[in-house]
Amino acid sequence: MSTRLATGGRLLNKGKQLHFTFNGKRFTGFEGDTLASALLANDQMMMGRSFKYHRPRGVVASGAEEPNALMNMGEGGKFEPNQRATTTELFDGLTCASQNHWPSLEFDVGAVNNYMTRFFPAGFYYKTFMFPKFAWKHVFEPIVRQSAGLGKVPKDRDVDTYEHFYAYVDVVVIGGGVAGLEAAHKAGKSGAKVLLMEQTPHWGGRAAVDGGEVNGAPVADYIATLLAELDAMDNVTIRTRMMGAGVYDHGYVLGYERVNDHTPLSTGPRHRLWRIRTKQIVTATGAIERPLSFAGNDIPGVMLASAVRDYAVDYGVSSGDRTVVVTNNDDAYRTAIALKNAGLEVPVILDARASGGGALADEARALGIRVENGKAIAKVKGGKRVTGVAICAQAGEGAVLEEIKCDAVAMSGGWSPVVHLWSHCGGKLTWDETQSHFRPDPERAPTNQDGVGFVVTAGVASGPLTLDGVLADAANAGAKAAEAAGFKAADTAAPTVTATAEAAMEPVWMMPQGAGPALRIKSWLDYQNDVKVSDVRLAAQEGYESVEHTKRYTTLGMATDQGKLSNINGLATLAGQLNAPIPAVGTTTFRPPYTPISFGAIAGEARDAVFQPLRRTTIHQYHEDQKAFFEPVGQWRRPYCFPQAGESHADAVKREINQTRASVGLLDASTLGKIIVKGPDAGKFLDMLYTNMMSTLKPGKCRYGLMCSENGFLSDDGVVARIDEDTFLCHTTTGGADRIHGWMEDWLQCEWWDWKVYTANVTEQYAQVAVVGPNARKVIEKLGGDMDVSKEGLAFMEWKDGKIGEFDARAYRISFSGELSYEIAVPASQGRAFWDALMEAGAEFNIMPYGTEALHVMRAEKGFIMIGDETDGTIIPQDLGLNWAISKKKEDFLGKRAQQRAHMTDPNRWKLVGLKTVDGSVIPDGSYAIAEGTNANGQRNTQGRVTSTYYSPTLDCGIAMGLVHNGPDRMGEVIEFNKVDGTTVKAEICDPVFYDKDGEKQNV
Amino acid sequence: MLTLQCPYCGVHAEETELHAEGEAHLKRFGPGSSDDEFETYLFMRENPKGVHFERWRHASGCGKFFHAARSTTTLEVFGTYSAQTLEPPQDIKDKISAKYPGWSWRDFS
Amino acid sequence: MSNAVSALNAASFEGFAKVSETGLRGMVTLRGDLSGKGVKQAVKAATGADVPDARRVTRGTSGDVAWMSPDELLIICDYQAANDVVAALTGKLSGEHALAVNVSDARAVFRIEGNAAREVLAKVAPVDLSADAFQAGDFRRSRIAQVAAAFWLNDDGSFELVCFRSVAQYVFDVLKVSAENGGEVGFL
Repeated sequence: MSTRLATGGRLLNKGKQLHFTFNGKRFTGFEGDTLASALLANDQMMMGRSFKYHRPRGVVASGAEEPNALMNMGEGGKFEPNQRATTTELFDGLTCASQNHWPSLEFDVGAVNNYMTRFFPAGFYYKTFMFPKFAWKHVFEPIVRQSAGLGKVPKDRDVDTYEHFYAYVDVVVIGGGVAGLEAAHKAGKSGAKVLLMEQTPHWGGRAAVDGGEVNGAPVADYIATLLAELDAMDNVTIRTRMMGAGVYDHGYVLGYERVNDHTPLSTGPRHRLWRIRTKQIVTATGAIERPLSFAGNDIPGVMLASAVRDYAVDYGVSSGDRTVVVTNNDDAYRTAIALKNAGLEVPVILDARASGGGALADEARALGIRVENGKAIAKVKGGKRVTGVAICAQAGEGAVLEEIKCDAVAMSGGWSPVVHLWSHCGGKLTWDETQSHFRPDPERAPTNQDGVGFVVTAGVASGPLTLDGVLADAANAGAKAAEAAGFKAADTAAPTVTATAEAAMEPVWMMPQGAGPALRIKSWLDYQNDVKVSDVRLAAQEGYESVEHTKRYTTLGMATDQGKLSNINGLATLAGQLNAPIPAVGTTTFRPPYTPISFGAIAGEARDAVFQPLRRTTIHQYHEDQKAFFEPVGQWRRPYCFPQAGESHADAVKREINQTRASVGLLDASTLGKIIVKGPDAGKFLDMLYTNMMSTLKPGKCRYGLMCSENGFLSDDGVVARIDEDTFLCHTTTGGADRIHGWMEDWLQCEWWDWKVYTANVTEQYAQVAVVGPNARKVIEKLGGDMDVSKEGLAFMEWKDGKIGEFDARAYRISFSGELSYEIAVPASQGRAFWDALMEAGAEFNIMPYGTEALHVMRAEKGFIMIGDETDGTIIPQDLGLNWAISKKKEDFLGKRAQQRAHMTDPNRWKLVGLKTVDGSVIPDGSYAIAEGTNANGQRNTQGRVTSTYYSPTLDCGIAMGLVHNGPDRMGEVIEFNKVDGTTVKAEICDPVFYDKDGEKQNV
Repeated sequence: MLTLQCPYCGVHAEETELHAEGEAHLKRFGPGSSDDEFETYLFMRENPKGVHFERWRHASGCGKFFHAARSTTTLEVFGTYSAQTLEPPQDIKDKISAKYPGWSWRDFS
Repeated sequence: MSNAVSALNAASFEGFAKVSETGLRGMVTLRGDLSGKGVKQAVKAATGADVPDARRVTRGTSGDVAWMSPDELLIICDYQAANDVVAALTGKLSGEHALAVNVSDARAVFRIEGNAAREVLAKVAPVDLSADAFQAGDFRRSRIAQVAAAFWLNDDGSFELVCFRSVAQYVFDVLKVSAENGGEVGFL
């Protein structure tokens, strides 16, 4: 059993006991525990079940590489699945549950899959779900859905907050082990601005556990000294609980800071995502120990040797009373020695190397531990917990020599440097034959915007595994990074290191070497996704020779741990099966993040009220107070209509139109774009921008204009007012303001840069209100002021500055409804007051606000096009019968050349017409006019489509605008439009101007 | 995520402050041009593996359009320069030549 | 102009830094040849300030002048004085190609003050806000979360930030989230 030891636990505060709940049972631990160490201390070795076979899973590792101990963490608004127990700090009141089992961890129905192992080999799903076709939807998918997914989906809204933080430094050091500290120290002393981050709450990494002496004192003392000096440097920032999540182009680093995970009741953000720009990056990311592939290596109690040692030394926890150590290198002997020194039994050390270990082996023997060279584990015995091991020779096929009872196995297959961050942005690897691992190739570092390397590795992450090599490499890395960032490397004294010499490791990819199928099918590579040696061999047999293909076929390394433990063993197995050298097989791609980061951290502040910007006019609050129904128009919210008590939206729109046409209505038109164009060449410029002539417009007058892209397609429209000889004010659509301003600047900056024109986007300077209807003039006149708004004083398509009431106003006599209409601009800060004044003055005429839907219907009744309805990026003005607005005199304007292309002048292009339904109903949005026959796909042929369709209260029937083949020549013809229910609606082709064709109403 | 120095305001802007605006050094063809010329202007674009010239706008910044010369494979930036020029400055071309001897892009080399 | 109200009516929020809307401010966009004598004289006459260098703001007796782009300045003055500034600039520059326009109502202005004011902005703007990199009189156009904004650092250590009026509430809400107690980073 696993339990808490009387001694040890250097990271614990045994004075502070913490309570937590696992699967509904209450446990206790100490401050400083991880969830994993606390569970182990309570003899809870089994922490979950695997994904595919639902096999019992115990904790394997002690850090970020853990594949098994995944928890459903927290409750309600703090619930989050797939949290690694090994990286979760224990806090008082923590609640968690194990995953992937039903009904309980101990008894799981899904474990039936385990007995079907033989029938679920790699590629099972691909092979099975091919046929018959119907079975996918009705049989396979429901089953897969039932069993898919690891952990539970959060049901409640996340109650925590998250944020981003932009930081700019010279050198980022990732990893706060002894190498990271040494590198940061060197770079800091060199004068660079340094940010050092460590993913755990502790500095110094494994060094203190693994031992060694620096400057004649334990390495822990050296770590404390470095830390104190770093702390004292103003140019150095050190942060714990912050992981280097990813390295990206041009020196961009994501730092994932878990601010409050360990103190969930604190104020402030839970996670902070640091968006860092740095000149240089030092990755001091250490190494990860590899498991060994032997039968039963996934039974709870089989753990990495380093993890067993960590739990004993750091947390004072024994993983078992009797631990068999199995290894191919010297480092695992440290575990045996640590356990023995803690008073625990180590029945045997199985060293796969025939020649055995070095000084550490001698030390183990001296402690009385039995050491067997050239021996291996044939098989681990046990179900939900290790009960013993069968021993064999590593060289053979696994004939059992002896069985030994034990309750834990500590395994070590050697160490692989953590190369993820090096590799994220293109750093290349080299295969190290001596250590049998991939390590960064310093000659092929990722390059930045200047074409030079910007990532340097330090310590174990570079390859050296012993303390002397680590510190020398780290100091060198710190100096190199500082120099590359533009600093002169400081001359600091190199520490003297006493490290234990180690005998060479020997690669062991299968244990025993000649293991047959029966053992291979029980030898796990990927614990979380249940990928075994046999699966990888099968993939190779079936032709998946590329490591990327094998990964996807077998799901090796595709679990939440992304194969941190399984990758190298997996590709060595593949290489073995392909008879290829390991470096020729290569690795799969390392992609950020290093370990999963929360969605909240990615979203940052962008949630709830500030999920996205919402633009408000100065009259917006009125609309809110009136409980207007809003529709999004770009980032604005515009009132669609203003429903009164008991009214449907359709009722409201109808009322708004009728009232406006009968008396007077108000529209908040503030969102329309307003761009000032000024300069001696302004007229010439606008002549290029608009299809029609703007340079001939007289000051004081307005003209409607169309803008096209160079493709000839309609892009925007609006009314241009000439302010004076040099100055124009161009109105754009609501959604077009920024785009058209950018478009103008593009041409002025990049094509006609010698033209003297300045633009300014003054859209938000003004609140603009359309006062519309036969009584519009009366309302304005009632407000008083000095502006003559009579028919003569301000004629149709004129504008004027002056006072309306007490407001400085600019009134435009323009109409988008066909009624007598004034669009009046006042300074935005007076917009609401002006609106209120109009409402008050208009009360006697029963004035009422109208929304965008009434605006749309009224413009459609009048036959005015709307950008985005009649246009969709493929429509030229000629399609819409707007030839009157296309100058024939101008030699050039944007889009003119394109409109001369053969396809644009094709007489068969669909053209705009009005449509009036025969039965008075409304044609559905997006309907097509159907024609005789069917196309090659068996669909009905079409001869046109609807672009806008409404119920017209004025005409009391359904009206529409549409593009119809030869439409303008087919007036009076009745054509059919399709409906989703398969029936059609008949409509008569007519003039698109349904209302007041002669313009008598707007020109009064 | 790229950073480009805006040649107008000097800011080393990260990509979120910038807006990509397509290929640089296009020659406009208007009325009077042949179909081929117009097609080239409107539709034909380079898609190089390596040296490329682009238009960018410092959209969330000074608002100016500028040109950038960079490698599409290594993302090395050879330089940014004014949009008000018909060809890249010699020093940028020299920098590219040092890295990619014999390079060419449309009419430039 | 008694009816004039600013976007948020001087709303304020106190977290680990104080964020407040400053109320109505006069603002004039001037486009022209910034290196030319005409613009220098006109700006001096209108505000008492010199034309600033790139990414800087200068102080005058009746207005501050911020560098927006190689051919654009933003003049910040009393709200009531903006039209007069426009008239003065336009008059002085009548002989040359220039554009002066009142944009006071198109904007909202916030002040961010407190020891950690830099961090409030550094959470939402991709800008190096460290003391070495961003000093009093520095001016930067960038973005605040998802919208365009410009800000500068005053001599007293406070920042002022200008955004479009329509997004004033969004910017205020973002700055509030950013300045929330417990969110101190301790980096800047």
